[in-house]
Amino acid sequence: MGKMDRAAPQASERYRAGVMKYAQMGYWDADYVPADTDVIALFRITPQEGVDPEEAAAAVAGESSTATWTVVWTDRLTACDRYRAKAYRVDPVPGTPGQYFAYIAYDLALFEPGSIANLTASIIGNVFGFKPLKALRLEDMRLPVAYVKTFDGPPTGIVVERERLDKFGRPLLGATVKPKLGLSGKNYGRVVYEALKGGLDFTKDDENINSQSFMHWRDRFLFCMEAVNRAQAAAGEVKGHYLNVTAATMEDMYERAEFARELGSNIIMIDLVIGYTAIQSMSKWSRRNDMILHLHRAGHSTYTRQKTHGVSFRVISKWMRLAGVDHIHAGTVVGKLEGDPNSVQGFYNVLREERNPVDLQRGLFFEQDWAGLRKVMPVASGGIHAGQMHQLLHYLGEDVVLQFGGGTIGHPMGIAAGATANRVALEAMVLARNEGRDIWNEGPQILEQAARSCTPLKQALDTWKDVTFDYASTDTPDFVPTATAA
Amino acid sequence: MRLTQGTFSFLPDLSDAQIRAQIEYCLGRGWAVSVEYTDDPHPRNAYWDMFGMPMFDLKDAAGVMAEVDACRKTFPRHYVKVNAFDATPGWEALRLSFIVNRPPSEPGFGLEREEGAGRLQRYALRAYAASRPEGERY
Repeated sequence: MGKMDRAAPQASERYRAGVMKYAQMGYWDADYVPADTDVIALFRITPQEGVDPEEAAAAVAGESSTATWTVVWTDRLTACDRYRAKAYRVDPVPGTPGQYFAYIAYDLALFEPGSIANLTASIIGNVFGFKPLKALRLEDMRLPVAYVKTFDGPPTGIVVERERLDKFGRPLLGATVKPKLGLSGKNYGRVVYEALKGGLDFTKDDENINSQSFMHWRDRFLFCMEAVNRAQAAAGEVKGHYLNVTAATMEDMYERAEFARELGSNIIMIDLVIGYTAIQSMSKWSRRNDMILHLHRAGHSTYTRQKTHGVSFRVISKWMRLAGVDHIHAGTVVGKLEGDPNSVQGFYNVLREERNPVDLQRGLFFEQDWAGLRKVMPVASGGIHAGQMHQLLHYLGEDVVLQFGGGTIGHPMGIAAGATANRVALEAMVLARNEGRDIWNEGPQILEQAARSCTPLKQALDTWKDVTFDYASTDTPDFVPTATAA
Repeated sequence: MRLTQGTFSFLPDLSDAQIRAQIEYCLGRGWAVSVEYTDDPHPRNAYWDMFGMPMFDLKDAAGVMAEVDACRKTFPRHYVKVNAFDATPGWEALRLSFIVNRPPSEPGFGLEREEGAGRLQRYALRAYAASRPEGERY
């Protein structure tokens, strides 16, 4: 990549009125070495025919920082070299002609402390509609420790959540109430009660349960908390229901959250569609009120799924860890929704690790130090059942909420039986794994063995044993592992 | 009822061989194992009584099993659990906690209510056994 003339022009030349290439305006610098305090963004760019990839990268750097389409003399009133983002590296995407990975560094001074809204207004604010590009996708970001420390992060985090719930050593179990729309408050609470009494730790409102005519929010909250408390008494164990406080305005959301607290709920829920600022507001509220904050990623697939366009979910995961949520839906690998195993493990690592090493196979392009920021519990939800327990534990590990909605409520002997089947399958699999058994290969036998003393598990295995969702994933990493001599 | 706190309470009570295998798993990961007991199993009772200190330097599962046995013999009608503590930075908390002894009969919990304004309810969970003094509950 050295075709372009990038000799630095004289200032009088550089700022003469008119248009010039972004690369020549200073947004491309192959020699730039990013500072430890720089924010770095990695974009997948698909330039239009005839557009040089370096110029395209420079254009993205320009449009996501200081530039406009033409030269402006007012640049000379600022330390404009500092405020310009610098594209410093462009690599062809392996095996994908016409696409490039562009690395762009941003000075920390460009960003307001502790504001996802401000960070994203720059990084994804204007550039995605830019005409010289056919398509653009934000693949990954390196967030410097200096910036990470300006965020509060998760109000509770994995460790404290486990201490509050007094649940250790196994994934948590949840279920979303189904049908997700149409139940009255009393019938809805019935599902919550049965599922929790049967053995689940959590039940969950779905993303679109807010306050509709068939069930107003106060009714939902009151019946659900009755169910939670009855189930706690039956089990002698902490239980919870994610009360979705998503609403049209912040005032409404605060009102709903306050009522959840008044009723003694240990967890509330919000949807990604409420926006980054509202998420951060609810995070701060949760921190003040000892509340676990569950985030449903409603709407994300509109921009995360297709590989050429949008924002990768690994970036959304990073933003949400900064913004401060305790739970986030991050894929199941084996269920009904999109999720390549390597990509999903990359998301989980972003949410759960102290520090992420570069891991191209899982789509992680940068080392990321989380600087002690609390960890987010990923949630696996959508089309999973007890018969996949060994696969779920293998792929997703221990610090995850496994949510079996249909896989609980659809049990032939009822909701409580479905919950018991899941809990027994889970505990049996963790026990076997800890004993050193090879759960990946022996999983089905371990489940069958556990089912001998648990009829609900036997029925669950019989009902769903052949259900798989075996479709090719869209959002897969571009790097495959290289074979190494063992 | 059956108290379902702890990692393995939905399974049949663990045999000594199964308990030992879990302890070996914990010791193998460098976790410190401890034994705790209580006759107040309220789910918010964070502080069960410690049967000695966490065994930070013990690497032998047989030694931990001896402590488990001693606790079960001393408190045969109490709940006894085995905890494993992980001092890894960023964790510094329990990694496993499972019940290894329970009272012969578990009467369970009553749910008390107080009616509030509107339809508000204030709930309180009380173990039926906890109305008696400590040590005489099960």
